[in-house]
Amino acid sequence: MRIPISWLREYAEVPAGATAEDVMAELVKVGFEEEAVHRPTDTLQGPIVVGQVLSLVKEPQTNGKTINWCQVRVVPEGQEQTLTGKGIDPSGVQGIICGAHNFVEGDKVVVTLPGAVLPGDFHISARKTYGHVSAGMIASVRELGIGEDHDGILVLSRIGLDPEIGTDAMELLGLYDEAAEINVTPDRGYAFSIRGVAREYAHATGTTFTDPASRVSAPAELSGGYGVKLNDDAPIYGKPGSDRFVARTVRGVDATGPTPQWMASRLRLAGIRSISLPVDISNYVMLELGQPTHCYDLDKLSGDIVVRRATAGEKITTLDGKVRTLDPEDLLITDDSGAIGIAGVMGGADTEVSDSTSNILVEAAHFDEVSISRSRRRHKLPSEASKRFERGVDWQVAGIAAQRVVDLLVELAGGTADEAGTDVGTAPDPVTIELPAAFAAARIGIDFTEEQIVTSLEDLGAAVVRNDDGWSVTAPSWRHDLETKEDLSEEIARLVGYDKIPATLPVAPPGRGLTRVQQQRRRLIQALADAGLTEVLSYPFVSKAANDTFGVAEQGAGRPAVKLANPISEEQGFLRTSILPGLIEVAKRNHSRGFRDLALFESGLVFLPGGKMGTDFIPPLGAKPADEVLDALYDGVPAQPFHLAVVLTGHDSPAAAAHAPRQWDWADALDIARLAGDVLGVELVVSQGSHQAFHPGRAAKLALRTGEVMGYAGELHPKLLAASDMPARSVALELNADALFDAAPDVIVARHISAFPVATQDVALVVPAEVPADDVLAALREGAGELLEDVALFDVYAGKGIEEGKKSLAFGLRFRADDRTLTADEASAARESAVALAAERFGAVQR
Amino acid sequence: MTETLPGAAIPNPTDEAAITAAVDQAIAAIAGAATLDELKAVRLAHTGEKSPLSLANREIGKLPKDQKAVAGKLMGASRGRVNKALADRTAELEAENDARILLEETVDVTAAPRRRRAGSRHPLSTLQDRVADIFVGMGWEIAEGPEVESEWFNFDALNFKPDHPAREMQDTFFVEPPEAHLLMRTHTSPVQVRSMLEREVPIYVLCPGKVFRTDELDATHTPVFHQFEGLAIDKNLSMADLRGTLEHFARQMFGDEARIRLRPNYFPFTEPSAELDIFHPGAKGGPRWIEWGGCGMVNPNVLRAAGIDPDVYSGFAFGMGIERTLMFRNEVGDMRDMIEGDVRFSEHFGMEI
Repeated sequence: MRIPISWLREYAEVPAGATAEDVMAELVKVGFEEEAVHRPTDTLQGPIVVGQVLSLVKEPQTNGKTINWCQVRVVPEGQEQTLTGKGIDPSGVQGIICGAHNFVEGDKVVVTLPGAVLPGDFHISARKTYGHVSAGMIASVRELGIGEDHDGILVLSRIGLDPEIGTDAMELLGLYDEAAEINVTPDRGYAFSIRGVAREYAHATGTTFTDPASRVSAPAELSGGYGVKLNDDAPIYGKPGSDRFVARTVRGVDATGPTPQWMASRLRLAGIRSISLPVDISNYVMLELGQPTHCYDLDKLSGDIVVRRATAGEKITTLDGKVRTLDPEDLLITDDSGAIGIAGVMGGADTEVSDSTSNILVEAAHFDEVSISRSRRRHKLPSEASKRFERGVDWQVAGIAAQRVVDLLVELAGGTADEAGTDVGTAPDPVTIELPAAFAAARIGIDFTEEQIVTSLEDLGAAVVRNDDGWSVTAPSWRHDLETKEDLSEEIARLVGYDKIPATLPVAPPGRGLTRVQQQRRRLIQALADAGLTEVLSYPFVSKAANDTFGVAEQGAGRPAVKLANPISEEQGFLRTSILPGLIEVAKRNHSRGFRDLALFESGLVFLPGGKMGTDFIPPLGAKPADEVLDALYDGVPAQPFHLAVVLTGHDSPAAAAHAPRQWDWADALDIARLAGDVLGVELVVSQGSHQAFHPGRAAKLALRTGEVMGYAGELHPKLLAASDMPARSVALELNADALFDAAPDVIVARHISAFPVATQDVALVVPAEVPADDVLAALREGAGELLEDVALFDVYAGKGIEEGKKSLAFGLRFRADDRTLTADEASAARESAVALAAERFGAVQR
Repeated sequence: MTETLPGAAIPNPTDEAAITAAVDQAIAAIAGAATLDELKAVRLAHTGEKSPLSLANREIGKLPKDQKAVAGKLMGASRGRVNKALADRTAELEAENDARILLEETVDVTAAPRRRRAGSRHPLSTLQDRVADIFVGMGWEIAEGPEVESEWFNFDALNFKPDHPAREMQDTFFVEPPEAHLLMRTHTSPVQVRSMLEREVPIYVLCPGKVFRTDELDATHTPVFHQFEGLAIDKNLSMADLRGTLEHFARQMFGDEARIRLRPNYFPFTEPSAELDIFHPGAKGGPRWIEWGGCGMVNPNVLRAAGIDPDVYSGFAFGMGIERTLMFRNEVGDMRDMIEGDVRFSEHFGMEI
């Protein structure tokens, strides 16, 4: 909401010389955030004066254009030019070249003299052009930055002005005024008006407020006016679409007359375009009182006005010239011809006021917030009117606003008001709230005095009655947001000042600290960072193709995913089922910025819809749903496990003198996956994996001992890397971290540490090439029995000396007993037993 | 150098002058040896089997008995002097040699390669942990919830009326199909509702997490960002408790000089509601108040939605943006730096913020 300061000053005690910034500094105290300052003089500086064209000589040019060489008087005849400066003629007459042709000798115009500055940092000076010295400019509204009119020069008589020559044109056009723009929260519909903001300004400054409504004298009752019926047969939530409709008639109006400058300037500062005098009046009254009104061309109406819901398929052409198909829930203003307006949203084109209009019917109605809000959204028609109706308009002000429009039409457009008028509808019951005496103090923490409470509420416009327990407070008709004692507490605190609230620190009951999962998550992230990886973030929005590739191991299996109804980009219209697509994008971005050696990780939620999606109902607000309803809500939310993903590309360290970096390979991905398991105390069982996103021969499946798959690690599929412009041999891993957290042991039982000497034995086994080393190792471990302390693979060999299709695996075995020094024979026996099991399972032959 | 000194006659082991001359000669040669190799040659020449002193020593056996003792004494002392000189010179040359080798092994330490990658955390993640730690230190607990959420938890339970403009102002991502009433949470407040439903009062929880709004990415907006929200439900909580909690938190976060300011505002889920500003003495362009978040006393309808009796319990809630906090705390100029994943951004922070 933009507040022209001169307007505010009419109804509130704004100090002389107060700027828009000063006003905003006051309003912010009562809850209106500063948005912007609109100040014409920031871009427009004088001298800009009224001049009269004394002579105008048309001079055709060789380029085919005709220019006007004008002599313009800028000081009244007989008076001296008091302005000085380069290019200002002491005679009071300026010679000016002008290319526009919409003015004649004798016209009064706006002259920007040398030294003036126009919007766009356009400095006016005397300059030679077309064989003359042009000392100034005859301005258009566009050049002055006060309109979009392309009709040429602003001829003052055409906007109803005949000022004295030499008058300060900026003053004349209201260009010294300025506006404060504030943000109005959606609960405060009343503050979309000068009336509401002036009242708040008075609250903020402790000064007096004059209600603009009090300056209008509207008749207490109206009758005999235009026929209006309120026929809502389908109220929403039981509330009728319209509960008041005031209609007034003004005849003999000149709709073509100019809008006075004071009004035009305020509308402009308020951000409202000037359309025509009747429309400008209607808008002016809306800004002043907060009540949207509408002017119909009375002669285009036929029969009674009926406010009703639309019928299916009904159409209307709205003011913007668009044909709109209506919904049975839309509230309409209709006459015998059909729809003439979508109530509270936009009027119809057929009954619009035009230049030829002479008789006007003024509408000031009260509409249901929800009904207007839905129509506005349905037709995507945000308007100044709908903005106010959706947030709630004062029921009481309709008659006053209608009267104000009538008065202005009479005063400015030469109309005559009918005595008769229409006012139908029923006032809503006033809201009375019981406020217990101690309540506000307890809620706010300020020991309010009774006087503070009563004065604050009365200042708001509420009626306050003392009772045994506290007060009965009747909210003012414009404050639809005041419904509860909590609402009243806020108002009291707001008017007394939030800065008066003291600070006390409540003590929470003894806590449990971070939960186990929270600690595990931190440890996992920290371990990866400690291992030299860089944590990054990416968006969870991905394509269907990305989910189908990364979210499921088997090609062509597809992957149920959450689809967004209104994504930022249609191409990325799904939520991720894997972190890798986003992480690969991040890797690519870094790569394209010149970073070739990358070790990136990201952790976060992935979205895995499985069962039922959502609920086909929403429980009402303000009440706890039944347990089964809550269960349905919980169950409808798709599974969202916490995942960890890593992408490695390039080398493990930067190239440097005396240092050969190592290229990341599949084993690094696997190593990091195992590290993740290790820091959580979870053993990951590795097996040859098959996942469409990975190299078919260089991927590992990572699982728990139970077989439950935790994720995959290895080299990304070469085709996928090529298709996504990623460096060849990039590797990756993704783990379901939540599942790892679950698998972590609750308690780790200590192991006895034997101090007896170790006995080591190596063994080389020849096995078929396809036998996984890890399986052989497991067989050795099992076969060796409890004397085995550790076994590790230290060499893999195939080639000369080894039969084709076989490989040699060399293992180091460490034996130790808890209670004695092992003999060489005991260690050898254990080794033989280990080898025997490997031989039995895989045909392993000792070399 | 040869094993024997050419032309040298075998000195008489009783001839003290001759022996002394041989010793002096040996000692001079030892002192003149510049390397261990030279010293080895000197040693052989002067103490080897054919050296004058060895040969003279051998002559002792041929001497008459009465001279043996004298000669033995003379020769013993003389050879002792030579051996000592040898040992001393050897130690000297060895020390020199060792020092030379170490000198030769000198490297340019400034040319050392970095072999280990310094890993790093994303500062949003580090900051989130720091915030959580402050509240855990106050006895609060950390609560979490899903990012795709039921509309009821995100709006209705928080007292957003179905047709109220406030609901629309949330710029919500909705999930297909719309009739399933699922959305991406627009704030972390649904976690408050879940916490109230799942826990027993009194409740003191902090809910950090990702939230989503349909804003296009630019220097100050991102469709995905992070918030942390606090919720306290207890008997007799007032706005003074809210202010005290926020002040304590602000001081932990920004130092003892930190100040906060509350301004009236509107949120459907709190009444009264306030905007929270923090005074930033080190702000770019001079000290000033900076909008930090929103807060207020929990609306009774929100308590009712969670089955908590608003006549017995009251509560307060507050919420701040983590990106915003990082932006003004660490002078991040452009939102995009935080979300594009450029490794320079994370690596600059390392493990700290």
